[in-house]
Amino acid sequence: MTTRHHFHPVIRVLHWLMAALILAMLFIGVAMVSTAGPAYHSLIGLHRPIGIALLVLVSIRLAVRLKTGAPALPADLPPLMVAGAKASHVLLYLSIIVMPLIGWGMLSAAGYPVVLVKGIVLPPILPHDIALYAVLRVAHTVIALLFFALILGHLAAGLFHALVRRDGVFEAIWRNR
Amino acid sequence: MSEPHAARSPALPLLIIAAIVATIVVLFVWTAGWIGPSRVSGGTVANALQYNAGLHRGYRRAHAKGMCIAGGFDANGAGTTLSKADVFRTGRSMAIGRFSTGGGNPLANDGRNVFHAMALRIISPNGQEWRTAMDHTAIFPVADVKSFVAQQIATQPDPKTGKPDPALLTAYLAKHPETKRFMDYMKTMPLPNSFANGTYHSINAFRFIDAAGRTRLVRWKMVPEDKLVALDKSKLATLPKNYLFDEFIQRLKAGPVRWHLIVTLANPGDVTDNATIQWTGPHRQIDVGTLTIDRWAPEETGDCRDFNYDPTVLPPGIAVSDDPLLSARSAVYSTSYTRRAQEGSGPSAIGAQFGISGKKQ
Repeated sequence: MTTRHHFHPVIRVLHWLMAALILAMLFIGVAMVSTAGPAYHSLIGLHRPIGIALLVLVSIRLAVRLKTGAPALPADLPPLMVAGAKASHVLLYLSIIVMPLIGWGMLSAAGYPVVLVKGIVLPPILPHDIALYAVLRVAHTVIALLFFALILGHLAAGLFHALVRRDGVFEAIWRNR
Repeated sequence: MSEPHAARSPALPLLIIAAIVATIVVLFVWTAGWIGPSRVSGGTVANALQYNAGLHRGYRRAHAKGMCIAGGFDANGAGTTLSKADVFRTGRSMAIGRFSTGGGNPLANDGRNVFHAMALRIISPNGQEWRTAMDHTAIFPVADVKSFVAQQIATQPDPKTGKPDPALLTAYLAKHPETKRFMDYMKTMPLPNSFANGTYHSINAFRFIDAAGRTRLVRWKMVPEDKLVALDKSKLATLPKNYLFDEFIQRLKAGPVRWHLIVTLANPGDVTDNATIQWTGPHRQIDVGTLTIDRWAPEETGDCRDFNYDPTVLPPGIAVSDDPLLSARSAVYSTSYTRRAQEGSGPSAIGAQFGISGKKQ
């Protein structure tokens, strides 16, 4: 049996697509709350559907990931880096799943119709409760900033594998050979 | 096994990695507005409102004093020629909302020449929701959010006189003839002596989209069946503290109060992106249905307080216009909602009067 060196193609495509969407979401998120100009309305109109799209994409990705697994890390990787790699990937997945759910949940708790796009309204996933909204609204920001820091760490680690260690870890998500 | 690359100094790659990460951080911080030119956010406007009216924790930053109202909207079908929104199909939609008076003080006296406002959530039988926050004036004092912030700062009342610093106000008005125009309008327009006989205006223009996809720019107003009776503006200070709210509660005992929703179509050449400018001259106006308010409740029990009457929450068939105030209202209302949510709701003036205390909604 040969060792697999790469992620499943579906995972690889989803990784880069979602990377672009998640970065866009974080930038849209901080941009929209920074302005009361016309951009506010346009950006919030993008933020909701992209968030829900990410929730759908991460569900597919998690299913494929659990079914196909991940290539083994290099045998010579220091234990601390192995632990960091494993923990950060769990936290990344958690963040991707939790962020859209909190967004959807906080709009539900605030009693807003959760308009995905004009004419498509999602059902509320939590009861109307302004105190619950208050907690979720803070969580949405705090987790977003932690998520952003985690992504930067993930990016730096990926580039470290690609440019310094050159151990094939980056190639596992980048290409097929 | 030889690894030629491992012998290379990692300094350059590490520098590249650091540069990439640092670039993204700088872009992020700039996008968030934490560096670079200062921006007017929902928070900036909420701060300006708090500066003007004082901080009243747990209340809306504007229109803090209010009471819940409920009833229904009966469409007559005429609106379906303008908009595909379900609310215009012949039949009844649920209407629930809030009467309020302008300003950030939840315990203010009603005898002030300020906005009387009606906010509504109109929900069609199949669940389409239309939120609107309307004032008894046809126009707004400012056209954009920067002017609004400047106005709030320039009109902060002096605690001693209750009036703004004349020097600041004069300097502001010199740059904002639209606010001067609004102040003259407020001086000359009758101030309704009841919530029941006020006409409530959409303030901003909106787009109506019909079933064929045709878009029309409109404004709307709720025109009362009750005849307008004006307050004597020289005797406002003598009115009981909760005069308007008490009067409406009494008025409801005599039966439901009705308004007609009148949609005004923009003429070619009408300004549709500036809420300080009235549409004058003959316009096509369509009566699309009747709003009936037959119930009231204090905010503690009325299911109206913990909602944000964001005027950009619109059903299919209604959309925002190019008026920049709409996006601004959406951003500011959201900030106000978040702040009062985090502070916990305070007791309402009307609830206190009826012996209702606590935060229950």
